[in-house]
Amino acid sequence: MIERSSTLVAPGARWWSPLGRDERLWFMVVLVWALAMFLMIFVIWPAIGDQQLTFSSYRTDTATFKAAVDASIAAHQVGELEGRPLVAPPPGDVYLLGERFQFTPALRLKKGETYRLLLSSSDVQHGLSIQPDNINFQVLPGYVSAITLTPKQDGEYTIVCNEYCGIGHHLMVGQIAVVP
Amino acid sequence: MALSGALRNAVGRTCGVTGLFVDRSSERLIIVNAVTAVLWLATGGVMALLIALTRWPAVHLISSPEWFYRLVSAHGAAMLVFWILFFEVAGLIFGGTILLNQPMVAPKVGWLAYGMMLFGSVAAAVVVLSGYATVMFTAYPPLEASHWFYLFILVFAVGALIAVIHFLVQITRARITGRIRTLPLFTFGLVVAAILALFTLASGTAALIPAWLARLGVIETADPGVYRLLFWGFGHGAQQVNLAAMVAIWYGLASLMVGARPINEGLSRLAFLLYVLFIQMGSMHHILVDPGLSHWARGINTSYFLYAAVMGSMIHAFTIPASVEVAQREKGHTGSLFAWLRNAPWGSPGFSAFALSFAMFGILGGISGVIMGGIQLNLIAHNTLIVPAHFHMTVVAGTTLAFMGISYYLVPLITRRDLFLPGWAKVQPYIFTTGMLIFGIAMGLAGHWGVPRRHWDISLSAYPFAAGTFDGPRIQMALAITALGATIAIIGGTMYVIIAAGTVFLGKRNDVPNIGHVDAGAFAPPAPAAPHVGRGFEAPGTMTLAMTWLALFVVLYAVSWYEFSSIQWGIR
Repeated sequence: MIERSSTLVAPGARWWSPLGRDERLWFMVVLVWALAMFLMIFVIWPAIGDQQLTFSSYRTDTATFKAAVDASIAAHQVGELEGRPLVAPPPGDVYLLGERFQFTPALRLKKGETYRLLLSSSDVQHGLSIQPDNINFQVLPGYVSAITLTPKQDGEYTIVCNEYCGIGHHLMVGQIAVVP
Repeated sequence: MALSGALRNAVGRTCGVTGLFVDRSSERLIIVNAVTAVLWLATGGVMALLIALTRWPAVHLISSPEWFYRLVSAHGAAMLVFWILFFEVAGLIFGGTILLNQPMVAPKVGWLAYGMMLFGSVAAAVVVLSGYATVMFTAYPPLEASHWFYLFILVFAVGALIAVIHFLVQITRARITGRIRTLPLFTFGLVVAAILALFTLASGTAALIPAWLARLGVIETADPGVYRLLFWGFGHGAQQVNLAAMVAIWYGLASLMVGARPINEGLSRLAFLLYVLFIQMGSMHHILVDPGLSHWARGINTSYFLYAAVMGSMIHAFTIPASVEVAQREKGHTGSLFAWLRNAPWGSPGFSAFALSFAMFGILGGISGVIMGGIQLNLIAHNTLIVPAHFHMTVVAGTTLAFMGISYYLVPLITRRDLFLPGWAKVQPYIFTTGMLIFGIAMGLAGHWGVPRRHWDISLSAYPFAAGTFDGPRIQMALAITALGATIAIIGGTMYVIIAAGTVFLGKRNDVPNIGHVDAGAFAPPAPAAPHVGRGFEAPGTMTLAMTWLALFVVLYAVSWYEFSSIQWGIR
């Protein structure tokens, strides 16, 4: 005879009993669902998806990265956007720097081309949030995230900082324009 | 080694309601920890109202960004850390001494832990509110906080660590002395919480010490990536502690309210064991879009290694209502599929708080967490308002409501006073849940539409090209409803604070306090299960509810992937 016990008192000496019909069914269903989610992440989406989180990263120091950003601006600047340089780089490496309280430079990318976005911070942590598509990456000083991006839709995207970075955090924005 | 009658009377008393031995030191420490917890809840609640009304763009209550960010920092610490941990320490003392019929091993250690936690928490809050550590509860380096902030948080964390170790010593002693063989499931769940807390507090300490030393200038810098890894071992680890404690309380309240006996003791314990083995891996889902770790490391951890810990939760999600259903059916509520549920004691705050906490956690908190914690889908959730929406459904609508529910019984029994305003207590869980439900859904939608968390002014009006990003009517509407939901929830929270504090300070003294309905089977010894007749399910109502819930989970999971796949960027 199976004994059952209130959760507020100690159960008897033998408290293990075989699973009943209810528990067996539920346990199997749960197992299948857990496995399905696992396969979705590791097998199915990597095989079919256009959006993957397989980006790589490396360490840097903030001065080296800032110099690379400045060199990229000098080479590819095409104008200004509300006080910050507007850069139209060729397909390949694109630099984006988060620093209190702006993302530099403003970028102009071509639809359908593939870029390697090199993303870092010169001071504290920031959050790169591309709106309205709602693409979000954490930005750390001392690390570069190398994210391969292919814009598929032209238009103007706003970058919002969504990691608290100081008293002017809510002022921190940037821009990516995707042109046909 | 049982205490002799005279010695027992010298150090404690026998509870007039449960017959349990109540050690005087335990009693006092439970009261001070619980009262401190409730005071933190009240403090954090005031801040919550100010924050919610500021994030409603049409109101934008606090005109100083400096004060807004200070309040968000202090609110996070007060609620996520101080309220929860003081209450959990009260719960650990109860589960480790009174429920096991034993006095406290070393009351002085209990007071030392309390003293450190009290000093650390108050001092850290003063530092934050004075503007010396406007760095959010997460304090990511290299953001500059006063070195005192790290020190005070460390004092608090070490105090909490001492309280947890004290609890584990209590349990170990009960086993060694033979006072107890197998732990009650409620206490077993608390042991799981305590084991998780050891890892959690150690991880937090390992994160904060380098950050503190860097501020003092002893070391050059604290690595921001390593800090985030270790910090989230604490920041989310602490929520796994809450989860285990909350599930233990669900089991406890189900037994207390309807005499529920888990349908399979072994399976419930296995589910807790899955937490111990796998759940801390999930903490890594905070750094899914961070540089630093490989895709494989992030993926394998945040899928909790085959979602083993999620399976633990899904087992509890079935066995807890199933044990309620079986207990209710044994009482004769067998008329229809859900007669057991309709005839449950919905007027008792213990039951309503348990059932609502269970439903809110499972439906909103759990599903959202598993979805956004996956490596790919995190890309459209990270640092948007859907993150706080998720954890307010788990920690507030789930854990906090469960804590409120059990304290309607624990506080009168420990203080030997009648519950203050019992009529309020009957409706409080419903008001609180209504507010949290509105709040959670609206805030989750705002986050889904991209609104950032921890942000004073989403008008972005300083830059013409960015202004208007979040000005659409659906976002404005969602944030207004968020503030409305928060206000309702805070009314419910205020009622709880008045009831809890009123009971402690104004409740009528009564050696056999009136705590309302409690099931006769709550403290009855184990007994054979009623034989299950027929070929059908033993808990068909629960099976129906569980399958419906799983169907909702599958639909929301599919919708999330569809949303994700419609991003107009290729990303590698």
